[in-house]
Amino acid sequence: MKTKVAIIGSGNIGTDLMIKIIRLSESLEMAVFVGIDPASDGLARARKMGVTTCHTGVDGLIKMNEWEDIKIVFDATSARAHLYNWEKIKAFPDKKMIDLTPAAVGPYLVPPVNFLDNMDVSNVNMVTCGGQATIPIVAAVNRVAKVHYGEIVASIASKSAGPGTRANIDEFTETTAQAIEKVGGAERGKAIIVLNPAEPPLVMRDTVFTLSEQGDREAIRNSIHKMVEEVQKYVPGYELHQEVQFDDIPESEPVFIEGLGLRHGLKTSVLLKVKGAGHYLPEYAGNLDIMTSAARATAERLIDENY
Amino acid sequence: MSKIYIQDVTLRDGMHAIRHQYGKEKILEIAIALDKAGVDAIEISHGDGLAGGSFNYGFGKHTDWDWLEGVSEQLHHAKLTTLILPGIATIRDLKKARDLGVESVRVATHCTEADISPQHIAAAKELGMDVGGFLMMAHMNNPSDLAAQAKIMEDAGADCVYVTDSAGALLMDGVADRIKAFKDTLDDSTEVGIHCHHNLSLGVANTIVAMQHGANRLDASLAGMGAGAGNCPLEVLVAVLNKMEVTHNSDLYQLMDIADDVIRPLQTRPVRVDRETLSLGYAGVYSSFLLHSEQAAKKYGLDTRSILNELGKRKMVGGQEDMIVDVALDMLANKRP
Repeated sequence: MKTKVAIIGSGNIGTDLMIKIIRLSESLEMAVFVGIDPASDGLARARKMGVTTCHTGVDGLIKMNEWEDIKIVFDATSARAHLYNWEKIKAFPDKKMIDLTPAAVGPYLVPPVNFLDNMDVSNVNMVTCGGQATIPIVAAVNRVAKVHYGEIVASIASKSAGPGTRANIDEFTETTAQAIEKVGGAERGKAIIVLNPAEPPLVMRDTVFTLSEQGDREAIRNSIHKMVEEVQKYVPGYELHQEVQFDDIPESEPVFIEGLGLRHGLKTSVLLKVKGAGHYLPEYAGNLDIMTSAARATAERLIDENY
Repeated sequence: MSKIYIQDVTLRDGMHAIRHQYGKEKILEIAIALDKAGVDAIEISHGDGLAGGSFNYGFGKHTDWDWLEGVSEQLHHAKLTTLILPGIATIRDLKKARDLGVESVRVATHCTEADISPQHIAAAKELGMDVGGFLMMAHMNNPSDLAAQAKIMEDAGADCVYVTDSAGALLMDGVADRIKAFKDTLDDSTEVGIHCHHNLSLGVANTIVAMQHGANRLDASLAGMGAGAGNCPLEVLVAVLNKMEVTHNSDLYQLMDIADDVIRPLQTRPVRVDRETLSLGYAGVYSSFLLHSEQAAKKYGLDTRSILNELGKRKMVGGQEDMIVDVALDMLANKRP
């Protein structure tokens, strides 16, 4: 029997996640799709797909008959709204929350890296799109050679960045940088996001740079390739766009990293491309796809482990 | 017209020309000399703004905080200013700069993405700072749409909005049309600024054209010290303003001396119009890509110009330095039999 889930938030992320669950999931059943604007495109889409909807937010949701059977709630609203939603939902200990906002009330979760550490937690946070795309790579290097510094650059098509992302861009840089450290294992993390308005829109690109101790380059390369395969299991459009690049940062010419001082070692550069599945937004929106796919993968694994 | 306000960018844009390697003492020495010579504002930070130090843009010799510390106390006339790019630095960084005596900041976005700046502009106003909106790669947006972006920055609280020709790709008409659109769209109380790159040798001419159409905040740097073929050279601009009998606060001969005696000797790669920097202007590519592209060309045995042209074709915007190696690797793969 499928496990019933609800999604709060009828923007790009919530709607894309709903489509993925309906079309792809063998273990999740879309029970209620929740928004706050009855005229929103997302709610209209849900009604058209035959999904029960609610336009009065979390307060409406918890009064519905469907509420009792729902086991997992996805929050695709905003950081501020998540704090409110979580206040309401944490009163129900049988429900788990998967938070796709930058609120990060619960621990960061990147499925192929730290799922097992967090499967008993009642509220997990999915970091950011850039974090989901890059932190697996930082962790892949770190499991072979200790990473001193991890830096990521996420380039996304302007059309795929909704108003929420745009108005709160610091949340992206700060949350991603923290998760590079906490989940990726880097001593220090840095995140950069660039919006590119080119037409036709460019597919999401993510670049990871790490400075690690000197390690076996072949082992690092293999570790990265294996990790890419892990991510591809739930994001088919995720790919290594170029072969892994290495540069030696010799002790005689160290780099000065804020917070770490002068460091040397091995620089690894990984150029990724994330093509979306084209469910709600077109293929260029890999940023949307990787976020919703990671949330779906997390929910499915939670079910495998818990129920 | 509002009073002419000259902002020096030698210690910010000039960072690009020397891979962000100014020593702390050099920064202080140059800032003091610029203040004495009467420039109105001195911008200091990593070339890519606060917290720009990274693999992607190059690590600085110092942190922004080390560069900024102790400068404001030494300035008598000039305002200490800095730059922030939302997406790279955060409001937390801005507050740190404010605590170090920075009075004015420019919040920079790509010319179509002004709506990622209101949070930072509002935060800077709350901190009591003078704020400029900085619309980069201005040649990639048409005058009326660019002015609409400027309006977003004005609405968020910007005191001034700039036409920022990051690629040094605009011709004089292009500058005039954009400044005119700003003047038509923005409130009379909002100032308009111009920031040029000299890639097509139009740095001074474009700055003057902008001024003649109502821009009063003019960016320039000593000996043009800046990304690509550099910025509008400050000493030349001041000489031209003198000949035009435009009132300003700067002293020509002092600026000439700092440019030649202090700045030029620092330039490890000459800042000038040559085939590579001309290609930036010609292809409309972000000037800061220059040294990174030269480095990639060297590493992978490719021609810098071809890399720059391809970056232009792919419509890469400021900040996408990581795509330089990507382009180089694609070119290398296509070269192989």
